Amino acid sequence: MSDVTVLDPKSAPPQERPKHRRNLDLRLTGLLGVLVVLCIVGYATRPDSFLTEANISTMLRLAAAIGVVSVGMTFVIISGGIDLSVGSIVALAGVWMTTVATQSYGPVVMVLCALLVGLGCGLVNGLLISYGKVVPFIATLAMYASAKGLAERLSGRRTQVVTETGFTTFFRGDILGIPVLIWMLAAVFAVGWVVLNRTTFGRRTFAVGGNAEAARLAGIDVRRHTALVYGIAGLCCGIAALMVVARTTSGASTNGMFYELDAIAAVVIGGTLLSGGRGSLIGTLIGVLIFTVVGNIFTQNNLDTDIQNIAKGVIIVAAVLLQRTTTRRRAHAT
Amino acid sequence: MTLLTMTGIGKTFPGVRALDQVDLEVAEGEVHCLLGQNGAGKSTLIKVLSGAHQPDDGEITWRGDKATLPSPVAALRLGIATMYQELDLVPDISVAENVFLGHEPTRFGFTRRKAARNHTRTLMARLGHPEISPDREVGRLSAAGQQLVSMARALAHDARLIVMDEPTAALAADEVDNLFRIVGELTKDGVAVLYISHRLEEIRRIGTRVTVLKDGRTVAANLPAHTPTDLLVDLMSGRKVDTVFPHRETSTVDTTREVLTVTGLTRKGEFSDIGFHVHAGEVLGIAGLVGAGRSEILETVFGARKPDAGHVAVDGKPVKPGSVVAAVKAGIGLAPEERKAQGLLLDLSVAHNVTLSSLPAYSRAGFMDRARELKDSKATLERLDLRPADPRRLVAEFSGGNQQKAVVARWLVRGCKVLLLDEPTRGVDVGARAELYRVIHELAAAGVAVVLVSSEVAEVLGLADRVLVLRDGEVVADRRADELTESAVLDIVMAGSAITEGAATEEVQ
Repeated sequence: MSDVTVLDPKSAPPQERPKHRRNLDLRLTGLLGVLVVLCIVGYATRPDSFLTEANISTMLRLAAAIGVVSVGMTFVIISGGIDLSVGSIVALAGVWMTTVATQSYGPVVMVLCALLVGLGCGLVNGLLISYGKVVPFIATLAMYASAKGLAERLSGRRTQVVTETGFTTFFRGDILGIPVLIWMLAAVFAVGWVVLNRTTFGRRTFAVGGNAEAARLAGIDVRRHTALVYGIAGLCCGIAALMVVARTTSGASTNGMFYELDAIAAVVIGGTLLSGGRGSLIGTLIGVLIFTVVGNIFTQNNLDTDIQNIAKGVIIVAAVLLQRTTTRRRAHAT
Repeated sequence: MTLLTMTGIGKTFPGVRALDQVDLEVAEGEVHCLLGQNGAGKSTLIKVLSGAHQPDDGEITWRGDKATLPSPVAALRLGIATMYQELDLVPDISVAENVFLGHEPTRFGFTRRKAARNHTRTLMARLGHPEISPDREVGRLSAAGQQLVSMARALAHDARLIVMDEPTAALAADEVDNLFRIVGELTKDGVAVLYISHRLEEIRRIGTRVTVLKDGRTVAANLPAHTPTDLLVDLMSGRKVDTVFPHRETSTVDTTREVLTVTGLTRKGEFSDIGFHVHAGEVLGIAGLVGAGRSEILETVFGARKPDAGHVAVDGKPVKPGSVVAAVKAGIGLAPEERKAQGLLLDLSVAHNVTLSSLPAYSRAGFMDRARELKDSKATLERLDLRPADPRRLVAEFSGGNQQKAVVARWLVRGCKVLLLDEPTRGVDVGARAELYRVIHELAAAGVAVVLVSSEVAEVLGLADRVLVLRDGEVVADRRADELTESAVLDIVMAGSAITEGAATEEVQ
């Protein structure tokens, strides 16, 4: 294709945004459009309740945990991998932090426990994949099964209620009138965006996912980096576990069910390539919000969840098809 | 008799007029060579011919009738088969399955695998390689073997015109001979070949007529194959290009500083007991056939492969074997053989590619200093004359020569002491080659120790101070470049093990 790409340097003024950036902008604008349309639908069907402060707050609090998991998932997918174990890690971390023993040490230990369990599971994934050379699909599938099993064993399949009031008071509370959970979601996204787009770690993540061999021959420690990326995904699961426990004031082995599917769906409709090397956290955020708004519209209108799931499936396919046609037309010459 | 006529072919992509006024005429039984620099429109023209792209204007006549090529299948049905530079075979299935992919012989809807196998066996025999079994997995064949499969596929379609896009780029000398023999036999049967290559001497050997493209236009059509080189280069570039290697006034070798030392490097089955040293400012050339272990040695020195024995040292300090990270830290850089697969991140901008090996230097506490990154990338692109010098463009948008410069730029920015170049000019057009040669000399002048591997002996001799000749994974000669001639190197390379070091030396003298 080299033939068609040598543009006359004079024809492209240097200040113009490079073509690939414009493509990304276009894609994100399209996604944002979908979100806006959904909000209009929500408002049209429920003008009295949809755009109220209470409903928006509810939606964002529901989006918080899955949003945080999706941040980690975006890193993993951009680096060329996949993580099927996120839901189970959320369950395990949630159960572990709410055992009677952990709760007896107080809220700080509970939080640390969730974060460490998440990080630990993620690192095990990462080490298996990078140094053990197990393909990501299989390694994280194994983690999915065993973390879930361990969570069931620890909890005896019972729901563990949080009795530690310090924990619930803080995480269920507000800061400046905005729920702590929403602050956490915003913070994780902001930190994730900066790490992905402004640090050497983010650079390496794109490089490893775009062409692992080229990254290796450029002197990047691909294995270490891969292990760290899964560690980050695990840490995000730990944070999400905190959020789920705070929202439901309990830990159970059924927490985080199907998070892996929701997170992958959000990442993919956000425009991140499943094959790695290209992606955007802002797209992921919009993806999460789209799913949350759809769910909310269905709940507000008392529609069944089965129809909701069908709608989700349609949205995933439609979003991917739409993005492909817009980028194809734009990027024809490359 | 004229087989194919294309007149006034034009094709526009958003922002680019890829083909403007292309005329091409191919007669039956001829080898028609298509010349042009990277970006001249050759690839687009091939894609039009193979049905992958639709021309915006112009006319195609096939065997006297007006024709359209709406799809690759339609082109194949007419009898136009294309062998792409990056072979389009399915690596995991057998030779026979690849040959008949998409047109498997069937009966009642079931594939007739035996018929396909037998037919494939006949085709491989016709191509001079009956030893390649139809049941072999294609991915396990060498590059030359895969090319034969691709050719067998063309023959299976009863192609009247076979388009070959740089077929010799991945071949060793004896394999090239076989390819040319096959081309000769095909043309005797009346099959026409449209041959694309950057190597002018090949065109002399097998070409019948030559058409030259420049900036999407035919600038000269149906020249005889023995047209003088100067004229062809002038036509391609539209300017005089000094194709000879830039002469170095004075040697830049600093014999007091031995930068790279390799001793007893061995990888079982690939090469054994390789030892050499490179001084600051020296260019060491490595010549030898494909498969003689050249790339393997470079990759082992770079730590991308782990040696079974031997050491690598930079400035006298040993480098941890089998670790790219350690090699890069010690100051070694590699421009790998497969530019796209091993060297570049095509989806990322040039700036991101250029700083990839120097991320710590372009960051503070892990945060990228993007302004400095852009500034330095731009300065390096300008130094290498990489055009357009816009570091924010995607690497995928550049031509082969400019992509190669981007890989070199990465190590320039890092400031490496040793630069290993594996086939740096493969698939690079004449103009960009001359610039790469200049860059190599500049690097040497700046005190970098350069190791250059190339299949083109003339290039090794023209650029290097000293030449290492390899055969079957062993060093068979280590001499100053000015003591060697192209034919002497070829003699050493081709000679069986009977020829001793001494005999080779006599030949040289």
